[in-house]
Amino acid sequence: MSTTPKIAAEQATTIVSPAKTITLRIQRYNPNTDQKKRWIDFQIPYEKWTTVLDAILDAKEHFDHSIGVRYSCRQASCGSCGMIINGRPRLACFTKITELGTNIITVEPMYNFPIIRDLVVSFERLFNNHKKIKPFLIREDSEITQRTKELLQTPEEVERYIQFANCIKCGLCNSACPTMATDSSFMGPQALTQAYRYVSDNRDKGKDDRLKIIDQSHGIWRCHFAGSCSQVCPKGVDPAMAIQLLRGYLLGFRS
Amino acid sequence: MRESIIMKTHYGTALAAVALVAVHVLFRLTQGFSESLQYESVIANYQFLPYAGMLEIILILLSIHGFNGLRVILLELKQGRAYEKVVSYGCIAAMLAVIAYGSRTIFMTSMGMV
Repeated sequence: MSTTPKIAAEQATTIVSPAKTITLRIQRYNPNTDQKKRWIDFQIPYEKWTTVLDAILDAKEHFDHSIGVRYSCRQASCGSCGMIINGRPRLACFTKITELGTNIITVEPMYNFPIIRDLVVSFERLFNNHKKIKPFLIREDSEITQRTKELLQTPEEVERYIQFANCIKCGLCNSACPTMATDSSFMGPQALTQAYRYVSDNRDKGKDDRLKIIDQSHGIWRCHFAGSCSQVCPKGVDPAMAIQLLRGYLLGFRS
Repeated sequence: MRESIIMKTHYGTALAAVALVAVHVLFRLTQGFSESLQYESVIANYQFLPYAGMLEIILILLSIHGFNGLRVILLELKQGRAYEKVVSYGCIAAMLAVIAYGSRTIFMTSMGMV
């Protein structure tokens, strides 16, 4: 006897709970055409595994194709979908609706970044500051030069910087930084943390160069140690600590 | 000047000022507080040279610390090459003016010209 009618009967009697819905409130703004920002509400069904990015994509698919959002990996690796969710900088792909515990979810573009459109912001300043601190190993020899050895490190030497190498350049720390809000020339916690990542790497010989770059009027000294950068990092990097450790080099406590 | 040198000076002047202002407050407590603020008492303090010297050092420390703090606040409020130059030189000029005026008061009083 065929099993198909049995399965059909089972499916017919399975109680499917009606999907719960939340109100997704998205900030819309196009600097080229709009005079001011506006909020648009969408009723989105969700399950316990639904992320805010899923909800935004749902709204984009079913209600408004023109919502501007940047995303890529959907697994907190690429750092593309940073935005302000319920007033706090978070990755949309890494934030479940259920963990927010509210019926209304507000989504805005990241603070301290110029808006390109809706939830998409320009990363130009972040990347420029990142490049400024020379985010690569500086040394005369190389692992790829013939007859040279691999640059071996002890676990302790790796431990000194590995946490800071987890940065995915999502910009959440810069978005949360109160100094970034007023000082448009401030390098920001992301770049300063990466400076520490390379300064503390014993394979690197560019410490003096980097310390000179960050030791300027809008460099490391403008950090007020609010610590909000460390609170919002989705990868567990602690930029506030990196900045304080980096200051140790400039104050002569570390060599 | 490198920012780290300026900020080391900023922190150093703060620590030194806290220590010297503590001495200054303790001096006030050697007599009744209202008595210590009487005209003759204040003049006597100024004419005691080591104390007048300490007041002069406090004046210099607090002026350096305060005006550098003001410079930092103003640099964070607004940016721009011309603006930053005006703020930096303006703060140095204001600091020198305050030190000069305060020193004049200290010197004149300690030399009995008041």
